[in-house]
Amino acid sequence: MTSRRSFLKASALGLAASAGPFFNRGTYASESIKVAGIHDASGGLDFYGKQMIAALDLAVAETNAAGGLLGKPVELIAYDAQSNLQLTTQYATQAATRDQADVVVGGMSSASREAIRPILRRHNVLYMYNTYYEGGVCDRNMFATGSTPGQSMRRLIPYVMNKWNAKSVYILAADYNFGQTMTKWFTKYTTENGGDVLGTEFFPLDVTNFGPTINKIQSAKPDMVLLVLVGGPHMSFYRQWAAAGMHEQIPMASGDLDHEIEILSPEEGNGIHVAYSYLDGLKNEKNKAFKKAMRDNYGIGLVTEMGAHTYTGFNLWADAVRKAGTVDRMAVIETLEDNASFDGPAGLITVDPATHHCIADIYIGQSMNGVYEQLEVFPQQAPIDTAAVCDLTQDPRETRQFVVEVK
Amino acid sequence: MSKLMNWSGSLLVVLAGLLALVIVPSIVELYVLIDLSIYASFGILALSLGLVWGYGGILSLGQAAFFGLGGYAYAVAAINLGDSASALLIGIAIPACFAAVLGYFMFWGNVSDVYLGVMTLTVALILHSFISQTAGDQWVIGNAPLGGLNGIPGTPILSWPWSPDASMTLREVYSVTVVLLLCSYLGCKAYLASNPGRILVAARENELRCQLLGYNVRRYKQLAFVIGGGLAGLAGVLFANSVFVNPAMFGLSVNAQSIIWVIVGGLGTLIGPLVGAFLVQFLTKSLGSISQVPGLAWLDPNLVLGLFLVLFVLFVPKGLAPLFRSASLGLFPLAGKAGLRKSSTNGRQRSGT
Amino acid sequence: MDYVASLVLQIGSSVATLVLISLGLAIIFGMMRIINLAHGEFLMLGGYCTVTAYNAGMNIWIAIFVVAPLVVGIFGMIIERFIIQYLYGRIIDTMLATWGLSLALIGIVTVVFGNTTSGVSAPLGSLAIGDYRTGVYSILLIPVAIALVGGGWLLLRYTRAGLIARGTMQNAAMATSLGIESRRVYAVTFGIGAAVSGLAGAMLAPLTGVVPTIGAAYVAKAFITVISGGAAILTGTVVASGLLGTLNTLVTYATTPVIGSVALLSAAVLLLRVLPQGITGHVFRRNL
Repeated sequence: MTSRRSFLKASALGLAASAGPFFNRGTYASESIKVAGIHDASGGLDFYGKQMIAALDLAVAETNAAGGLLGKPVELIAYDAQSNLQLTTQYATQAATRDQADVVVGGMSSASREAIRPILRRHNVLYMYNTYYEGGVCDRNMFATGSTPGQSMRRLIPYVMNKWNAKSVYILAADYNFGQTMTKWFTKYTTENGGDVLGTEFFPLDVTNFGPTINKIQSAKPDMVLLVLVGGPHMSFYRQWAAAGMHEQIPMASGDLDHEIEILSPEEGNGIHVAYSYLDGLKNEKNKAFKKAMRDNYGIGLVTEMGAHTYTGFNLWADAVRKAGTVDRMAVIETLEDNASFDGPAGLITVDPATHHCIADIYIGQSMNGVYEQLEVFPQQAPIDTAAVCDLTQDPRETRQFVVEVK
Repeated sequence: MSKLMNWSGSLLVVLAGLLALVIVPSIVELYVLIDLSIYASFGILALSLGLVWGYGGILSLGQAAFFGLGGYAYAVAAINLGDSASALLIGIAIPACFAAVLGYFMFWGNVSDVYLGVMTLTVALILHSFISQTAGDQWVIGNAPLGGLNGIPGTPILSWPWSPDASMTLREVYSVTVVLLLCSYLGCKAYLASNPGRILVAARENELRCQLLGYNVRRYKQLAFVIGGGLAGLAGVLFANSVFVNPAMFGLSVNAQSIIWVIVGGLGTLIGPLVGAFLVQFLTKSLGSISQVPGLAWLDPNLVLGLFLVLFVLFVPKGLAPLFRSASLGLFPLAGKAGLRKSSTNGRQRSGT
Repeated sequence: MDYVASLVLQIGSSVATLVLISLGLAIIFGMMRIINLAHGEFLMLGGYCTVTAYNAGMNIWIAIFVVAPLVVGIFGMIIERFIIQYLYGRIIDTMLATWGLSLALIGIVTVVFGNTTSGVSAPLGSLAIGDYRTGVYSILLIPVAIALVGGGWLLLRYTRAGLIARGTMQNAAMATSLGIESRRVYAVTFGIGAAVSGLAGAMLAPLTGVVPTIGAAYVAKAFITVISGGAAILTGTVVASGLLGTLNTLVTYATTPVIGSVALLSAAVLLLRVLPQGITGHVFRRNL
């Protein structure tokens, strides 16, 4: 099995590589297959970064233990972008030009993805992006394994409206791109299912006082509250909501709640509903093994969709390399486009050739004492939001991120 | 003799610049060139703060406000006009105008140095939170959405005025950045050698005496602040060409780093902040690889930068530049002496009393 | 009616929050003319002390009212001894050194506690006013702020220590020549300022949770409050907090949180243009 030592080794290799000479070394046939990971192991996003780094390391170590790829060992070069876009740009260029990586895995926020994507496209290096995000990226050089609102929220909203017999909602969202887009989807699916949106409020990411908002919600008396709150300061909302005694009064569902549940007390966090294409508590055998390896080798308890799909993303790519018999970028892209799939911890994940996003099972869960309980599964949901604006089979040269028009 | 020292310093910088232009691109890999372009744009930001703070005694803790404003003005103008050369000028003009307005509030409101520091920092932080929450559909200027936290990933790259449709290659961006860094450095030198520059330094040394001699000190400070704002804007434009514009340009971390460059390099010099910027940036980037090695995880970038700042303030308050000077004593003994004496009356100690 | 009552409570706790987060800063600034840019991190440390002590099994009230101020106060005195005392008279260097300290503290706490939020639940349950419910704990901020300001006033006005402090504040050289060791006064002042910040951070921790970077969420507001308040420590802080807190809450109610913060900041900027020395620089000049 993999061990912490392999992680050490991989990191040390990365260090040695990055401390190498600045000068042209010329190109030569490399002895190993190179995978570069760009994640934030420090700074504001490090909770996600650490599990993504661990999941990628685990996937690489398992591949190497099984004899590597095409008879060569896989070398992992890990970069910590420190939640800093400038460093993300620098490392992406470094991975593409100096390391000559065969694939780059990572980029966590939408901003860091948009920093990496054009660089890798310019240098013809394949890119696997594994975060759930707002959807709409249309780029043949990138594959996205995370879920998008057209998959997850399309199922979550009707489910909770039906379960709680809710006809009116109040929406609270973080004032940034993901929050804005999610709010549009919330509104669309609420009205489509015969509900009313009583109010929508956006919060800058440093807001810690939710008192006035809680009062406004009490005035509006909605049947449920929909949330996309993000980051440390926004955690205040759950505490102030519970302290005001509202937690038992009005049920909540969230479009972005993962590691927060580990920190919230049962009185604050229990019963909030979410939808993702992976839940920590999935009962399948592959997930049990994956969870055990993450805990034993890397000390990571709660795994969220980003961590699980970093594992998915690498394995999709590795399978495609085996099948294509080469790491050549176009050959691998074409193999992946041939409905490549991976049956892993998150269930069956299949590449959708038109959008380069993935068809995945969507799980509805509720937080319960720091873990997620699975309530319902909607198998094989297609990325209909991105599909509405993007068809790479028709226009393979497209590179934009579209803003999905929500009507 | 101190003139000799001065000119030998400028000569060194010009030589280093020529080296960077002619030799470096042919021997290093592309990613190093991109790193160097980013560092060079930070170098211009460091120059602007070195000028405003080191020579004008204006403690601008929020110099990144102009840096970010320059980047955003450039990006929005370039997207709307499609002509990046005039966008470059707009990217300098808008922060300069903003500096003029802010300077009017501060210098004519008699805001003293400490308040001034807090005020500029607060302005930068306000701009940071403002621009971070522009993700909504209503925040579009012409064809350019401001993009909130994501910034504007498709920031257009500069093009030559004679062929506005083709953007420059990364190597060309590098050369342009280095040339503009050199021009900025020499421009600052020329400004400080001119009358307004000399009066600025005189006012830093003793504002009252300067006023009694009949100079309207506010105007000269205002001029320096506006020049600094424009330079920082230029730095932002060039940074946007190597990365892309995003709210972090206004953030606490860029503000803190620019102060650290100046402190590490040496306050009251121009070459010091420049060298400081390159050194500290190189260190920050190296930490991204090192802190991954288990056992070194405690090397958190914030921790290292913070310690740097504390230690330099306590033990090397004049920064590294005087050390270079004393190292060059052997070469120009008399000039070195004059240089040292000059640097001993440095603005930070003064303005503290 | 109940709407008005709950609005008044909101304004009260918002003003009290501003008083709490700025008082420690005001003490250090008013007495020593030092701008402590690590102020936000002192608040953050107070929060972590409470959370750690509570998780170690300590009573929450002891964790808030004893552990946090004690630990952060002692920490402040250590910082004064090892960094600040070498920089007296170099006001800008002090600012820079405390900024470095602020970055270093964020770094250390990140390494030790990680970057994820930790926290404790707010005790005391909730209170219903008609249709509205509010946490009792957030109302508790109001009497605590009043007690801190009142206690500070009594201390400065009626005790010998307060007399010494006021004397040193007005003219340090004169106080020294009268046999007062101003160095000790400064050390104690810095310690008290840090302790008050620690207590404030501890009070807020159950409402907001703590992350290593939480200081940044408070620090701009604290600076604006102190600078708008001006030279008089207590009066300045209270008046400025009252003004800015009320404005912020009312505008947030009427519109959105974004416009609420914009209103707060614009008010402060205008105020400073009209009264560069802060409110108490002109109006309540002789107050404490």
